[in-house]
Amino acid sequence: MPRKTYVAAIQEALAEEMRRDPSVFLIGEDVRIGVFPSTRGLYAEFGDKRVIDTPISELAVAGAGIGAAITGLRPIVDLMFGTFLYLAFDQIANQAGAMRYMYGGQTKASLVFMVQNGAGSSAGHHHSQAVHQFFMNMPQIKVILPSSPYDGKGLLKSAIRDDNPVLFLHSLSLGGKRSEVPTEEYLIPIGLADVKRAGSDVTICAAGPAVHTALAAAKTLASAGVDAEVIDLRSLSPWDKGAVLESVAKTGRFVAVDESFPTCSAASEWAATVAEEAFHQLKAPVQRVTNKDVPMPFSPVLEKAALPSADDVIAAVQRTLS
Amino acid sequence: MHHQGMPVDVVIDIYTRVLRIRRFEEEVGRLFRQGQLPGFVHLYIGEEAVAAGVCAALTDEDTIVSTHRGHGHVIAKGGDFKRMMAELFGKAGGYCKGKGGSMHIADFDIGMLGAIGIVGGGMPIAVGAGLSAWYTDSDRVSVCFFGDGAANEGSFHESLNLASTLTLPVIFVCENNQYGEFTPARQAMNISDIADRAVGYGIPGLVADGVDALEIYRVALAAVERARAGGGPTLIEAKTHRRGSHAEGEEAFLGGQTYRDETELAAAQAKDPLLLLHTYVSENEILPAELLEALDGEITASVQEAVAAARESPEPEIAALYEDLWA
Repeated sequence: MPRKTYVAAIQEALAEEMRRDPSVFLIGEDVRIGVFPSTRGLYAEFGDKRVIDTPISELAVAGAGIGAAITGLRPIVDLMFGTFLYLAFDQIANQAGAMRYMYGGQTKASLVFMVQNGAGSSAGHHHSQAVHQFFMNMPQIKVILPSSPYDGKGLLKSAIRDDNPVLFLHSLSLGGKRSEVPTEEYLIPIGLADVKRAGSDVTICAAGPAVHTALAAAKTLASAGVDAEVIDLRSLSPWDKGAVLESVAKTGRFVAVDESFPTCSAASEWAATVAEEAFHQLKAPVQRVTNKDVPMPFSPVLEKAALPSADDVIAAVQRTLS
Repeated sequence: MHHQGMPVDVVIDIYTRVLRIRRFEEEVGRLFRQGQLPGFVHLYIGEEAVAAGVCAALTDEDTIVSTHRGHGHVIAKGGDFKRMMAELFGKAGGYCKGKGGSMHIADFDIGMLGAIGIVGGGMPIAVGAGLSAWYTDSDRVSVCFFGDGAANEGSFHESLNLASTLTLPVIFVCENNQYGEFTPARQAMNISDIADRAVGYGIPGLVADGVDALEIYRVALAAVERARAGGGPTLIEAKTHRRGSHAEGEEAFLGGQTYRDETELAAAQAKDPLLLLHTYVSENEILPAELLEALDGEITASVQEAVAAARESPEPEIAALYEDLWA
């Protein structure tokens, strides 16, 4: 099986879905040039109508995607950075997600919003925040945060075919990461977790780049005789509660690792659910490992310190063992 | 009002739309004052000419996006009284099964893509409907109704610019009713005509008399033809007047304060689009008085039937809370 970068896998997903379905198109800022190279090359193949550059107007572009979706198309709206979604909040929170319900099922907003999520490239606070937790709190928006080229491709293809609004979150820190990506077509269902490492002593739950932090921690823990299970949720909304509870039933210990601000983080939701639904199987209190509670700093040293590290995860696991 | 050459069937059509809106809204006002409707209602009385004139220039395939003051748009586009009224009562038989309410009525079958409760919130969506028409090489046009208040929102500026740069078939119809909630438009902007803002986006901006439904129709038709021919968007500012409250029952929020000058209010109320059109129709002998009365009686009766049907319509089942979620 060929090994491909995350960026190459995403390019393939976009091109394959655009070839398959003429109602799929890409719209956003600099999608023709492809500043984030996942959209690069699509303009050459698909032309003016299907790869649409827009002014820097996040609110209008997000809304235009919704308007196109409710009139029968399948837009992929590229708004570059997660933080730019703040400018488009009304369209996503008030309109895209709620529309179907609000109008009694008369319509569906089948579109994908695509942005870079989180930190790791010393871009400073305005270009380095994780935003997934906000959208998890919003009804009727699916949220996807993949951790590998393989997952990214399969999930993006599912997102494009989904009849609901989907927020697809890339992570800059994964851009160059490689994994095996099959030549033949495949889809990964939204809402299904993947056990990235099986283990019996503790369940570590993560998504996106945090999965790699969790895996690094698990490797170190293994040499100390602790067998950690690492669950990659892949989808944050809906999220695979069943997979997490099943794992906790086996291990009795739970550590949630999430690259976002601690309060109301994704980790908070996972930890609360485990505490609520698996309390009697727990051998120790649930643990959360998140960003430090500060805006995202620029300095590479400080940025690294603000994010959850493998050492932070190991320390949390040790708290469940003591 | 001089509209020589306006086809008689068009005049009757527009008159009917105006009258349908008026009689529906009068009843909604009554019901609200009697405490029979939950929530809030924002009546379209005084502004009927805009929705009626614009929608008469559209085909069934064309789409509209509406506002919190949206009943008139739904009716003008051909909406059903019964399903509207049931929605206002929050009943299962409503357009949105009681989940939307006054500010969120939609009828996708007639190209009414929804009322949006956020000021300016519908504008980008209307751009998207225009984008969709352009993308599919359809000659459909997208109309966006919004108020003077929305013209100060970022979404107004972003939407006009985006529609202009992509040359999309979108007609932006600003219903300048002179008030953003309780604040006069003249206090919220230092220009006289919102239409002037079109210059900033390289599109035509036209001022029209929003009390004169036939003038609105003419101006809208020209903008629609331009958009269908690939000429791109137009901004139409319809100068109109809110004859009554921002929302019915607003006294409860005002604590005895007033915000409208009595002379201004009297002048606004004197500019009645229905009266103006009625006079035109009578003077030009477009329809005899008895037929006008019969039409009024028929519309009033269908409003009453809608009220009766809304009362009969069941409350939503609690199970409906979990319906219409994921598509």
